[in-house]
Amino acid sequence: MKEITYVEAIHQALWEEMERDDSVFILGEDVGIYGGAFRVTEGMYEKFGELRVLDTPLSESGFTGAAIGASLVGMRPVVEMQFADFISCAFDQIVNVAAKNYYRWGGKTPIVIRAPYGGNIHGGAFHSQCPEGWFFHTPGLKLVAPAFPSDAKGLLKAAIRDDDPVIFFEHKFLYRRIKEEVPEDDYVIPIGEARIVQEGSDISVITYGAMVHTALEASKNLEESGISLEIVDLRTLMPLDKETVFDSVKKTNKVIVLYEATRSGGVGAEVAALISEEVFNYLDGPILRISAPDTPVPYSPPMEEYYLPQVEDVVEAAEKLAAY
Amino acid sequence: MDVERDTLHQLYYYLKLTRHLEERITSLYRQGKIVGGAWTSNGTEAISVGYSYALEKDDVTAPYFRDMGVFLVRGITPRRIVAQYLGRKTGVTGGKEGNVHIGDINFGCFGFPSHLADNYPVAAGAALAFKIRGEKRVAASSTGDGGTSRGDFHEALNFASVLKLPVVFFCNNNQYAYSTPLEKQMAIKDVAERSLAYAMPSEIVDGNDVVAVYKVSKEAYKKARAGEGPTFIECKTMRMHGHSEHDAAKYVPRELLEEWKKKDPILKMENYLLENNHASENELKDIDKRVHDVIEDAEEFAENSPYPDGKEAVEGLYATPIEKVKTL
Ligand SMILES: Cc1ncc(C[n+]2csc(CCOP(=O)(O)OP(=O)(O)O)c2C)c(N)n1
Repeated sequence: MKEITYVEAIHQALWEEMERDDSVFILGEDVGIYGGAFRVTEGMYEKFGELRVLDTPLSESGFTGAAIGASLVGMRPVVEMQFADFISCAFDQIVNVAAKNYYRWGGKTPIVIRAPYGGNIHGGAFHSQCPEGWFFHTPGLKLVAPAFPSDAKGLLKAAIRDDDPVIFFEHKFLYRRIKEEVPEDDYVIPIGEARIVQEGSDISVITYGAMVHTALEASKNLEESGISLEIVDLRTLMPLDKETVFDSVKKTNKVIVLYEATRSGGVGAEVAALISEEVFNYLDGPILRISAPDTPVPYSPPMEEYYLPQVEDVVEAAEKLAAY
Repeated sequence: MDVERDTLHQLYYYLKLTRHLEERITSLYRQGKIVGGAWTSNGTEAISVGYSYALEKDDVTAPYFRDMGVFLVRGITPRRIVAQYLGRKTGVTGGKEGNVHIGDINFGCFGFPSHLADNYPVAAGAALAFKIRGEKRVAASSTGDGGTSRGDFHEALNFASVLKLPVVFFCNNNQYAYSTPLEKQMAIKDVAERSLAYAMPSEIVDGNDVVAVYKVSKEAYKKARAGEGPTFIECKTMRMHGHSEHDAAKYVPRELLEEWKKKDPILKMENYLLENNHASENELKDIDKRVHDVIEDAEEFAENSPYPDGKEAVEGLYATPIEKVKTL
């Protein structure tokens, strides 16, 4: 197995799926000749041609709608949003057309929307957002958000082969920072399965995306104080793998929900609600949430640092919770 | 239309200020002093300078990210702009926003949202308010050629035209949208053709000629103020740098850049001023000196400015604070 980065894993998955299945094609702004703003589709235009790696006009609603249409007649389009933030321009097509096609009239809509998301890159309010909550509230979509190269590759393949619209949240901060050995053969990671990335006994940290790495670091810092974290990487946000989450809660009896999105009304709130509804009796303390505050993402470094959940925040919360 | 000597000198000053301020920003970016990205309007400055200089003080603008000239002409100081790039408390947005995401209502500048063409309907809305209140004010907005492919662009044109609003829309047609050339962006030859479908009058102007942009804008504003409705103005130019300062723009043919280099807006203005005796060499030198000093001062000010406190991240979300809402 070769060690590759998160961005290389996504590139590989796309490449292999394009080779495997002629109905897979890519569309978006600057994905062709340029190879994508983050170089995810580098070399694909040359290999697969301009119609399968399609440079579109600057029109998210237009090309997302077009992807939906192509999928209805048998294609498997992969849409690239240049930044997840611009997905808002395609909101209507995603939440009203793609998400409801199958339920309303049986129209299968196997599209994947790749959404480079997340902060810590000094991008400001329009190049840093975590918009998963907007779509988490929309029945009919599947949402995945891998934290590791191997998961990114396997989940993207699963997303492309899935018959429903999937939004693939790829974290920009991880693109070139995370390396891992990734199988070179064809494999998929099933959508809807969380993974325990670290076993532990005292507190379950339920998290996803870049925050998985924050949790891992916090766990190291907590070794001295003898607090052992079990880290659950959700990997898929919708449908949520309740079983894995609940099993972990039953084991540790204490929970931190850690996420980079803004605090209110999103994935974190739902995880907390599910736990208190269904496994309340196993809890020995309050469910703590660590998240970004309810504001846009600020630009200036001290403000962005304050805004994003930090390793110390996790350490502090774990120490507080351990006392119960 | 005759343009006064003083106006010509001011146009030249702002052209130079825009060019050199952005060059300084590029150099700060290369030194790693700017967090995040840096974009410039290099080669296209005559557009933002020309159309904003033609506005009256009470008018408003809803610019996009290659509109540095607008911010400067409207009176937002280079000090606050450089501080904005450096993420300082003294920046236009106090550190909340970065780089060209500038807005300050005190100068009639609406904030720029990254989402291209988002500001077009917003400008139409300001114009609607002016119309409702019977005010003789206008709104101006601009976007790139790429931005004209978005639905918001088309909805704004239609809306403004149906309601005959006092708004003027500009397009900085610099041939590329990131790596996407015009012919992949639209099947028409001139962006101005887009306005036909909305029965909106349009103009095509040399976007590298600041005097021409100024004049055509002035005329359009005059019509708008007189209740004759909106105009769409396509300014033809060329983006001379990469999309942002990290982009080497290998996808742009070098010959195209060479060709446009000869039509540089500053060069053009210099020649125009000197050949027509609108300015002497010495007067231009004085202006250059002023530009240089203002930029030096701005950089020093910004570098010596404090960062905001991290906690300020959670301040200022609502204009009506929550305590107040409870008693409303
Ligand atoms: C709705 C939207 N989609 C994508 C982007 C990312 N993006 C930033 S600039 C740019 C190209 C803009 O081209 P154009 O409108 O021609 O303006 P120019 O850069 O040429 O001035 C893109 C795709 C964006 N800002 N907004």
